[in-house]
Amino acid sequence: MSQQHSVTAPLSQGQLSGYVHSTESGAGVDGPGMRFVFFMSGCQFRCQYCHNPDTWKLHAGRQLTVDEALAELAPYAGFLKFAGGVTISGGEPLMQPEFVGALLRGIKQRYGLHTALDTQGFLHESVSDDWLEAVDLVLLDIKHSDPERYQQITGQPLQPTLDFAQRLKRLGKPIWLRYVLVPGLTDATDDIARLADYVAELGSIVQRVEVLPFHQMGAAKWAQLGMAYPLAETPTPDAVAVAAARALFAARGLTVC
Amino acid sequence: MEAIAHNAVQADPWRGFAAGNWQTHVDVRQFIQLNYRPFTGDATFLAGASERTRKLWDVLGELLRQEREKGVLDVSADRATSITAHDAGYIDQSLELIVGLQTDAPLKRAIMPNGGLRMVESGLAAYGFTLDPVIKEVWEKYRKSHNQGVFDTYTPDILAARKSGIITGLPDAYGRGRIIGDYRRVALYGTDFLRKERQQLFHELDDAVFTEDVLRQREELSEQFRALDELRQMAAKYGFDISRPAVNAREAVQWTYFAYLAAVKEQNGAAMSLGRIATFLDIYIERDLAAGALSEEQAQELIDDLVIKLRIVRFLRTPEYDQLFSGDPTWVTESIGGMGEDGRTLVSKNSFRFLNTLYNLGPAPEPNLTVLWSTALPQGFKDFCAQVSIDTSSIQYENDDNMRPLWGDDYGIACCVSAMRIGKQMQFFGARANLAKAMLYAINGGVDEKSGAVVASGFEPITADVLDFDEVMAKFDKMMDWLASTYVKALNCIHYMHDKYAYERIEMALHDRDILRTMACGIAGLSVAADSMSAIKHARVHVIRNEAGLAVDYRIEGDYPAYGNNDDRVDSMAVWLTETFMNKIKAQPYFYRHATPTQSVLTITSNVVYGKKTGNTPCGRRAGEPFAPGANPMNGRDVHGFVAAGASVAKLPYSAALDGISWTASATPDALGHTAQDRIANLSHCLDGFAAAGGFHVNVNVFRRETLLDAMEHPELYPQLTIRVSGYAVNFVKLTREQQLDVINRTFHASL
Repeated sequence: MSQQHSVTAPLSQGQLSGYVHSTESGAGVDGPGMRFVFFMSGCQFRCQYCHNPDTWKLHAGRQLTVDEALAELAPYAGFLKFAGGVTISGGEPLMQPEFVGALLRGIKQRYGLHTALDTQGFLHESVSDDWLEAVDLVLLDIKHSDPERYQQITGQPLQPTLDFAQRLKRLGKPIWLRYVLVPGLTDATDDIARLADYVAELGSIVQRVEVLPFHQMGAAKWAQLGMAYPLAETPTPDAVAVAAARALFAARGLTVC
Repeated sequence: MEAIAHNAVQADPWRGFAAGNWQTHVDVRQFIQLNYRPFTGDATFLAGASERTRKLWDVLGELLRQEREKGVLDVSADRATSITAHDAGYIDQSLELIVGLQTDAPLKRAIMPNGGLRMVESGLAAYGFTLDPVIKEVWEKYRKSHNQGVFDTYTPDILAARKSGIITGLPDAYGRGRIIGDYRRVALYGTDFLRKERQQLFHELDDAVFTEDVLRQREELSEQFRALDELRQMAAKYGFDISRPAVNAREAVQWTYFAYLAAVKEQNGAAMSLGRIATFLDIYIERDLAAGALSEEQAQELIDDLVIKLRIVRFLRTPEYDQLFSGDPTWVTESIGGMGEDGRTLVSKNSFRFLNTLYNLGPAPEPNLTVLWSTALPQGFKDFCAQVSIDTSSIQYENDDNMRPLWGDDYGIACCVSAMRIGKQMQFFGARANLAKAMLYAINGGVDEKSGAVVASGFEPITADVLDFDEVMAKFDKMMDWLASTYVKALNCIHYMHDKYAYERIEMALHDRDILRTMACGIAGLSVAADSMSAIKHARVHVIRNEAGLAVDYRIEGDYPAYGNNDDRVDSMAVWLTETFMNKIKAQPYFYRHATPTQSVLTITSNVVYGKKTGNTPCGRRAGEPFAPGANPMNGRDVHGFVAAGASVAKLPYSAALDGISWTASATPDALGHTAQDRIANLSHCLDGFAAAGGFHVNVNVFRRETLLDAMEHPELYPQLTIRVSGYAVNFVKLTREQQLDVINRTFHASL
């Protein structure tokens, strides 16, 4: 089935290969509308509340060429055209910039679909402004507004992510900002307010802020991988806390959901 | 209330309606086409529940609570029911706008021994009631039942197949149902007109050669003529004269309901569907609204009141029956929406009002509200449907774009997925054959893997230790021949006897004389059989045999592609199974009354019972584990999400399953989108995508797993929690624990 499609992307690009952890044909919460999602393998972050720790290892997935990945989209292209688009998530897609870039361009050229890149931006310097042209929307994940806390949670520094946000502002690239609300970790009012101030200054490129309540659905994966889950005892934030966090963003004129 | 009825007598019932042939010949479709008003707006015009509606629903709520506790509230065990057997009954006469009950009290069930006396007796015994000795004597000594007739003709093969469960759910001890009278005719014409028509049709045959067919038809027409008069008498007990047409909206609703009520007073059919009445009734409502005789709130009240009545249709059934069809379903299916052949939408304001009852009265499994979905439906209606699904999980969708080219634009759905032109077509319901078990019979040479009994004789078992695809398929092919032959013979017995001993007089009185009959066969275990084929072909399947040499288990070496992931390597096997079994059915030499054979891929809730009766299968499914419902992929094997699963299901060709293909999809609200608007848009787009791909039917459930778990522990807190199962909806708390667990274990598309 994967061989039926004629190659329209340049050969060298189409034969680039990358590691795809898995695909999901119909996601409702990974960008506008219904999304086909490529979960890329590999992430250099070790977020304490990661709900896809099975994607951390770069070689954990299937090795696919760009053409093969594009062929997997083919049966859904007609549907995605009116219902949503394609999201490249992970893992961290920027771990495989060449492959993901070629995939994004292929999606644009072959199917003309809306594309979203789900990233925390840490590796953004590995891609050029041209590379970003094939991205319609960035789902930008900022884990915390305090550099120290950020480092604690993710194992990496905050600054590159903030630089990426500034770069997107310069490019006028739309952003959906995502913030995971974790009780005891990311729910302090001052921290959220500081982030909200920062995000508000990015201006109109921020189309939406999504405050995502932490949940325990990732716990099973940690167990499967034989890893101790640091947040095993952490509860889901209650509705009041979620509403309060959302209000902090909304108060700064941001569209929140 | 009386004043309205009285004034109405003076008016011309057809005033203001566009004239046409419908005035001289029964033609409800033409009346609708000439007079209805398509509605392309949104839901903002709708009215909430009135004080009166809420009060009435509360009165009933207490009775429903008592019924949930007892299982059956009360039974009229003193008489065999008929259209006129009971006096008028009310919930609270001072509050009811639309009246009429099956017996003389709400939720009091009638007994219908024409189907079979044993079914009545065990139904009564299960709930602590006893049968009147006179009725017992009559049906034991003087009056034969459908059930007795069938067993007078069954073959040893049929009895064995029935016992082992390779064929299950046959309507040989209960009413076959799945016949929809055109109940609208009573409102539009009144019973006098319809009786004259029957008379005329009868006399047209006076000079025909009196073959058995003609004689049967004449006898049936006479029965129909009589039943229409009984319908009039029944309405008269409630103070209404329905010999004449309805003159206003309230009468139109009432007349239509009386016609339906007569059917459910007389027949305990497995599915007693309503048809497609919403837009028909809208014509009357629009006329009254325009004349200032009705407000929107009053219009909604009429529909709310009708729906209250439809929610309390009840039949006395046995615990065994409930295992197959769990949750006390009646399939009062009302088909809503769709597009017309001329390109106008058939959505009217009343389409919205029917769905709005799920807000005004809360979610409920009945009536089985079925949206005829087309990609061309107005956006306002699409969005409202999606919203109602997300809020109530109480509606199902069927692809109007698939059905309209075959059945026109005045068909309705009987039961779950069976399309039929209203008043012009009926089906002989045939339950289903178990293809997964047939594959095991192929491997074991017709010996049942659970009992060790020979069910299909004359077949050789496979003796190899590793299953060879070609060998299995050759034997499977022959086994399906045997199954199709045994199955169709059983259906011929059943429907011959049902016509003879439990004929649906009033329902057929509301049909044309010359109609299309289909013989609706069905298959269960499609995904199990397809995955087993895939395992045998793409992996190595080792056979594990018991001391008697019977294959009782399988060990799979390697991986195989599973149905439900949009993978043609196995989806093509599901398509092949569907087409092949249909062809084997079609190849049978005779179908009672020259019926046209069709097939469904539907299991209702019997996927649990089927699983129980089927041993380990080569796909790795364990003995006793439930099948997936209908055309669903096996639980947990569809790993690429909702859209891929839907794409697999959509490949099954409607042309080889004209009785419908059922898919049940569940998602959590969080997976559908972050905002209410996102969720509505996403669901609406998914429905468009599935329809455009040719998908036939989808049940949409939107709820959280935790809600269901809590409802299992605290059923009293969730009296109205409704979920869609294969082809119908149930009160979750009325399912058996086994079925509740099956529903919970089924794939939750946490991401859609």
